[in-house]
Amino acid sequence: MSKMSKTYGDAKDNYTAKLRLKSTILTIWFIILTIICLLPIYILIINATRSSTEIANGISFLPGTNLGKNIEKVFKDTNYLTIFNAFIGYKNSFIITVCATFLNVFFSAMTAYGIHVYDFKLKEISYTVILLVMMVPMQVTSAGFVAFMLKLKLTDTYWPLIIPAIAAPAIVYFMRSYMKSSFPLEIVEAARIDGCSEFRTFISIAIPMMKPAIAVQSIFAFIASWNNFYTPNMILISSNFKQKTLPMMISAMQASDKFTDYGAVYLAIALSILPIVIIYVLLSRFIIAGVALGGVKE
Amino acid sequence: MASAAQRRIKSISYAKYGYLFILPFFLVYFFFQLWPLINTFILSFQDNKDSHFIGLDNYKTILFAVGNRTAKNVSKTFFMSFKNTIILWVGNFIPQLILSLTLAVWFTEANTKIPGKGFFKVVMYLPNIITAASVAVLFLQLCGEAENGPGALNLLLHKMGIVDQDQVSEKYDTIKFITGMWQSRGVVMFIQTWMWFGNTMIMLMSGIQGINPSLFEAASIDGATGMQTFWKITLPLLSPILAYTLVTSMIGGLQMFDIPYLYHKDPNKVSNNLKTVAVYIYEYFHDQVDPKMGYAGAASVILFFITLILGCIAFYMTRDKDAIAKKKMMKKNAKREKFASKQFGGYGV
Repeated sequence: MSKMSKTYGDAKDNYTAKLRLKSTILTIWFIILTIICLLPIYILIINATRSSTEIANGISFLPGTNLGKNIEKVFKDTNYLTIFNAFIGYKNSFIITVCATFLNVFFSAMTAYGIHVYDFKLKEISYTVILLVMMVPMQVTSAGFVAFMLKLKLTDTYWPLIIPAIAAPAIVYFMRSYMKSSFPLEIVEAARIDGCSEFRTFISIAIPMMKPAIAVQSIFAFIASWNNFYTPNMILISSNFKQKTLPMMISAMQASDKFTDYGAVYLAIALSILPIVIIYVLLSRFIIAGVALGGVKE
Repeated sequence: MASAAQRRIKSISYAKYGYLFILPFFLVYFFFQLWPLINTFILSFQDNKDSHFIGLDNYKTILFAVGNRTAKNVSKTFFMSFKNTIILWVGNFIPQLILSLTLAVWFTEANTKIPGKGFFKVVMYLPNIITAASVAVLFLQLCGEAENGPGALNLLLHKMGIVDQDQVSEKYDTIKFITGMWQSRGVVMFIQTWMWFGNTMIMLMSGIQGINPSLFEAASIDGATGMQTFWKITLPLLSPILAYTLVTSMIGGLQMFDIPYLYHKDPNKVSNNLKTVAVYIYEYFHDQVDPKMGYAGAASVILFFITLILGCIAFYMTRDKDAIAKKKMMKKNAKREKFASKQFGGYGV
């Protein structure tokens, strides 16, 4: 009896020791990966505080003292003011992103609501169409899109960047799945009996009930629109820097050879990702949960 | 018991509201996506200069290099960019999949004790949300050579003893991370992996969490090792999601634009080692001196059909098998009932 319990105890100790070893090795591996993930961003931030000569002499892991001068350069130097103008960039990116995000989420919720709540002949067909077109990438339609926008004289305006946000198949799909699981149709009927108009039912009952889905999709739509470089780059074709978005300004800075002060260049890059990083730090929990729910890969 | 009001509501048709609610979506979709797609098809059948109809000439030029010397060049560039796209995609997908699959398995294992799992997940997803254009320029700064120095990465490699320095001229024997063919491709593959492994990991994790936990329990009671559990339970049950990830990543890979487009030091000239199909299309319709809309259109249409095939595969793989089986069963039952009712002289039993 005692022998058996001893053998059992040994096996158990062995098992526990193995697990502990495995956990330690995995933790070390995760820490290495964390360092790889953060290192480029960390160096970016550190280099934004250093002078050009310091950067040329090597990598440092401690911040330098040149942040003030770099800031002065990025916001006052004429090269920066005419190619990478942070204030104008923020303003433009912000206008486009906020409008596009709002249209994205609002109209996707509306389309999903229409398909979910009402019975009509083309209901199933229209939903299938939405699922089918979800996969068509922007790059495929872009040649025709630009040609069409040139014809309408809409290039160099923000309309082609904002209005198409109304038709976002992936978000409609997500909203419909959410409504299927948590939006009972009885509520709509109750609202009808109380004399609520159809549109009002959508605005004041459906939207508040869909808040979690709307929140998650707003975050993703915001990030996607802010990071978008391809579409603005082909629509805003004039050389006027005053209407460019931040990623476009970064690209213009890269194409120019006037930027030899590396500290300031790093600071400019850091400024361009700052809003997104702040949003991520604040909302990372929701973002991770949203990806796990099947955030569609772009 | 339905009240009078309820019955009245049931008799009203709300169908028109359904159309009204989905109208904006389809209207905008038609003008900003469907029409441009059709327009791309039209462009692909038109001449590059005076846009008259020339049939399949653009396709012939791109695919079979029919025509003069420029045509040969157009075709050569297309196949080169296609090859580049595939190389860059394969080179980022394989490490990405291995990394995210192993990580997903380790993160979901119940018996290991790892502190701060949530923190690790958050950090590993971070690169995915950062502006790709900024990432490209950042890596360009890190990997490039400064005017009076070897650049950050080469300096680091020098300190590690990999990059040599000439004693006399003090020049570094640097690795050409930007101009070198495989070096630049390697950096782009690294950036893509770096940006996407967190995303794939989280998707696979939610897939693993969807597997019935009693299967893992049964395996551990039967004394299966971690490897056995992985190969015999996790992997087979994860295969639909893996296939879906594969296909969506392929479609995403075909669209790869931002990083290859920006990762070069030559002003306004994308390196031939990194030119992807998306960059090829973009350059052709964006060329302000000599726009080649026809070629851009034809290349887009080819890309569209490749995407369509991949999309159909994804759709086929992720369709709800249970729902289809149920539908089949229902049809069968309906048939049987019909048959039965016929047998009894048309009276239902």
